[in-house]
Amino acid sequence: MSAQRDLLRFITCGSVDDGKSTLIGRLLHECGLIFDDTLAALSRDSRRHGTTGADIDFALLLDGLEAERQQGITIDVAYRYFATSRRSFIVADTPGHEQYTRNMATGASTASLAIILIDASKGLLPQSKRHSLICSLLGIRHLVLAVNKMDLISFDADRYAAIIDTYKDFAEKLNFTDVTAIPLSARMGDNVTSASGNMAWYHGPSLLQHLEEIDVQSDGTGQPFRFPVQWVNRPDANFRGYAGTVVSGHVKTGQNIRVASSGRNAKVQRIVTADGDLAEANAGQAVTLTLDEEIDIARGDLLVAPEAPPEVSDQFAADILWMGAEPMLPGRDYLLRISQDWTQARVTSLRHGIDVNTGDHVAARTLQMNDLGLCHLSTLKPVALDKYSENRAIGAFILVDRFTHETVAAGMIRHALRRASNIHRADFTIDRTARAERNGQRPLLLWFTGLSGSGKSTIANLVEQALFTAGRHCYSLDGDNLRHGLCRDLGFTAADRVENIRRAGEVAKLMMDAGLIVLASFISPFRADRQMLRELVGAEDFVEIHVDAPIETCITRDPKGLYAKAKAGLIPNFTGLGSPYEPPENPDIHLHTGDSSAEACAAQVLAALRQRGIAC
Amino acid sequence: MPVKRRLTPHLARLEAEAIGILREGAAAFRRPVLLYSIGKDSGVLLHLAMKAFFPGKPPFPLLHIDTTWKFKEMIHFRDSIAQQLGLELLVHANQEGLARGINPIASGSALHTQVMKTEALRQALDKYGFDAAFGGARRDEEKSRAKERIFSFRGPGHVWDPRAQRPELWSLFNTRLHQGESMRIFPLSNWTEYDVWDYIAAEDIPVVPLYFAAPRPVVRRAGTWIMLDDERLPLNPGEAPETKMVRFRTLGCYPLSGAVESTAASLAEIIAEMRAARSSEREGRLIDSDSEASMERKKREGYF
Repeated sequence: MSAQRDLLRFITCGSVDDGKSTLIGRLLHECGLIFDDTLAALSRDSRRHGTTGADIDFALLLDGLEAERQQGITIDVAYRYFATSRRSFIVADTPGHEQYTRNMATGASTASLAIILIDASKGLLPQSKRHSLICSLLGIRHLVLAVNKMDLISFDADRYAAIIDTYKDFAEKLNFTDVTAIPLSARMGDNVTSASGNMAWYHGPSLLQHLEEIDVQSDGTGQPFRFPVQWVNRPDANFRGYAGTVVSGHVKTGQNIRVASSGRNAKVQRIVTADGDLAEANAGQAVTLTLDEEIDIARGDLLVAPEAPPEVSDQFAADILWMGAEPMLPGRDYLLRISQDWTQARVTSLRHGIDVNTGDHVAARTLQMNDLGLCHLSTLKPVALDKYSENRAIGAFILVDRFTHETVAAGMIRHALRRASNIHRADFTIDRTARAERNGQRPLLLWFTGLSGSGKSTIANLVEQALFTAGRHCYSLDGDNLRHGLCRDLGFTAADRVENIRRAGEVAKLMMDAGLIVLASFISPFRADRQMLRELVGAEDFVEIHVDAPIETCITRDPKGLYAKAKAGLIPNFTGLGSPYEPPENPDIHLHTGDSSAEACAAQVLAALRQRGIAC
Repeated sequence: MPVKRRLTPHLARLEAEAIGILREGAAAFRRPVLLYSIGKDSGVLLHLAMKAFFPGKPPFPLLHIDTTWKFKEMIHFRDSIAQQLGLELLVHANQEGLARGINPIASGSALHTQVMKTEALRQALDKYGFDAAFGGARRDEEKSRAKERIFSFRGPGHVWDPRAQRPELWSLFNTRLHQGESMRIFPLSNWTEYDVWDYIAAEDIPVVPLYFAAPRPVVRRAGTWIMLDDERLPLNPGEAPETKMVRFRTLGCYPLSGAVESTAASLAEIIAEMRAARSSEREGRLIDSDSEASMERKKREGYF
């Protein structure tokens, strides 16, 4: 009854027509996991929504959401549980449609085996390749090629062999350690849980037998010790323990461990559990460690084997699967979670996209939802990381949108980039403070944002004249002017706009280091990028000025004739027409140029500057 | 005290996973709470919480949503457990619902559940400002639960939007919230009913005696046995109370909880009976059969 049994987590991939749900339904049914009342409800549902006529439609068992039953497709991952006398199983039933690739990846991220279903009557389709590619990328090493509906091709051994050959040619370039092909009929039950009488030419195991026997070695015991600290346990002054789960390797009392980020070492004193202290803890065990020395350790720190430490880096290369509704933009900041640690990260460059159907590299400037690409990322602080291929627990990360908090990407680290440790910042004796003192002023960045034609440059020009007359040292950066030189290579796509603002910000920062007050006039339509600027130069030195005029007024003014061109369809992505403008929620200064004159607006800015201690 | 059985590798893995989730919830949220419904799943969850923070205590209180129609034995059990473990227990009943006279008999199960469970839960979460709530729900219970995340995001008003769930990759839970949003956390997501009973037996976890067969006063209703737990259940014409050897597979409001005839009076007998069973545990719950997608609808409204 409670025999020693191990767990196998696997996923099934295939579209509705391949018989995926029928296969899972049959596995569950034959393992006695579908109760009579569930079966009764299922046959009631089948008559209402089913697609199988008088037969029970097992898809309805798994497609648990109303939307799924109404549309007859699988949208989200469903988890099902069953056990035989030899093993217990968690199966993630994942959607096959390309638009739900991200949900398939979710199922694959925790699985160690994948069943790819192929309809024998149709042969190998592009989607089977896509599923295989994603499984390989997510680190699944064991594959079952379930060639289903053998009954439709009269259990023909030659056609079966042809499908297998084609697949094996394709799968050669993927990272599977084993690919096991099984001919079956989920509907009729051939080779699902027991050998088929219809295919005497097949001598391999049935599907269930294979699942029971395969050794997946997913426990990570052989890898170096890794222990992300989840919770610092301090119930009283006498106890300080670090609670977490050993994600790989093992640890013994008396053993040396290292805090990856600081490099500090200590010895493990006790391995505490509610069932008594342990002498040793292995991968998968949730324990609390106490150390012989008080060293600085917080939630998010990674405790590791000192002889096999991970990389600690703020720059790395990773495969990214984009999941957000908004496209990925290089240069934009996201929240990054890696094991128990959170920080901020930015995609510094997208090296290339990956065609999900073929695995080929493709040129790309952004990633849309369900796109794959190889990216370089940089993080705000160094993080401890392993290659995903060597350690799934420490080599994986997610990106989260800073404003909506949606999970927008899954990332798998390829390797750390060495640049972080090789480029050292030059320290000069004459610093920003010294220059600011010499100039007798506090450097500031006055950032004018607003629609084209709202009056940004006009007002900035007036403000600069007043500052100059008052003896202040200042410089104007203008979007149009920068685009003639520094940003000549950039267009007006969302990705290029982000890069344009990043460059402007970096230039402004250098000028502020030189002691100047910088006036910058850029449409800068995206809230996230202005937030990035605020953080780049420091919130206390960033003055966000919203030059606000109704779009109708701007269209009437149209000083450069751009709205007319945009309306004629000559300029795509024009802010306010084809591309959105996200107004500041709390600008430092809000100018209404529809109602006030440029002079009055400039006076409003100067008054605000005097309040900040700028003599003008 | 009986000697504990060593956990099977399977149960040890489930235990470690649940402990990891409990610690994560405690660390990532400002003010978490454990929803304690007194049933076997809650009992397992509470036991795991005691283990997760050992030698400390769980850094969150227990919350019971009291419909005022729970079995007397449940309430007694609840109070003694909280006292034994030395944990803070908050009990909340929807006072407006009581004032309106909402009850499972006259109001019907759907309205009673809506007002006294779903609305009451939302009231309590708002009253105490909890931003995360642990619950003992499992994915094998019901098919919309099978699709739900372990860290299940709730928008303002505690609503669940099944089509906008955050992808949940590896164990990298996205715990980020804005003001007014909250998280429901299900550490037992990957457990089955078998696992729960096996674990209760292996760890010797106390459960409400109603799970064990005993002679109880019952009436036959809607194809199941309803226990006369107090004087409030009116008898329909022709109904006569009988005494039957019965037990409960799930516990809730007594007029809505169906008992099964059984002689299983020990854990071993319960487990043996369950393995031979041909119907799922929720069969005895009258609230699930209202409509095909009733659980999904209730969850969207904020039900656990």
